[in-house]
Amino acid sequence: MAKSEFVYVTYIRTTPEKLWRALTEPEFQRQFWYGITQESDWKPGASWCMKFSDGRIADAGEVVEIEPLRRLVLKWRHELRPELKAEGYSRMTYELEQKGEEVKLTVQHEIDVAESKFIGAVSGGWPMILSSLKSFLETGEPLGQMDRNPKKI
Amino acid sequence: MLLIITIMPADVDKVFKALAAPERRLLLDRLRANNGQTLSQLCQHLDMTRQAVTRHLNLLEEASLVATIWQGREKLHYLNPMPIHEIAERWIGKYERGRLRALAELRSKLEGEIDG
Repeated sequence: MAKSEFVYVTYIRTTPEKLWRALTEPEFQRQFWYGITQESDWKPGASWCMKFSDGRIADAGEVVEIEPLRRLVLKWRHELRPELKAEGYSRMTYELEQKGEEVKLTVQHEIDVAESKFIGAVSGGWPMILSSLKSFLETGEPLGQMDRNPKKI
Repeated sequence: MLLIITIMPADVDKVFKALAAPERRLLLDRLRANNGQTLSQLCQHLDMTRQAVTRHLNLLEEASLVATIWQGREKLHYLNPMPIHEIAERWIGKYERGRLRALAELRSKLEGEIDG
């Protein structure tokens, strides 16, 4: 089966409510996602996109499944770099699970392409974004690197 | 901007302990080469019993270095870089990162590796 994917897990000392808001509300996203925000009505079938602060659309797709505070599945395609766009749609899943005083966040990103360049590109971005998200929720401060030049995940 | 990352000491202990055994680092390397493997796939070409591999995988999973996902009846194992990334964020400041990356890239080139 031709497929590329990764699964990243991080534990964040927060509540599912706060984590969900941070993941879905632009005013929080821009703080830890290096200025990037996402737009969607967050309903099944709703369109979804990810924008740089200058308005360029980096990635777009739609909401596949949504279960607030628990699970979100997005159809996700990169829009700027032709070689990544050519690989078509990927599938990204967030799963939130309360574990004591922490929330386990699992991010799974997959595409039906062997040796995918898209998965290669995002696999470096996610650890930074998730660390920044963790830092933001636990300390109120996102990570400080890269804010000059927002990096695409 | 402040760079603050809080990791509970117990977690860091688990990560370092998990990384301290060559067998476990080998398992991580195998996952890095081919992510999302079952226990049986991981046991192939390894000079370890299935029980030993299971034990090592459990320690890696407890340290969050390996994440597992059930797909039907199969448990798939993935390399989870988050704990190592968080350790790097904690001890390698944002200013050093660029220089270290440049050195790592130079080394990869000199060693002729084509690395992800």
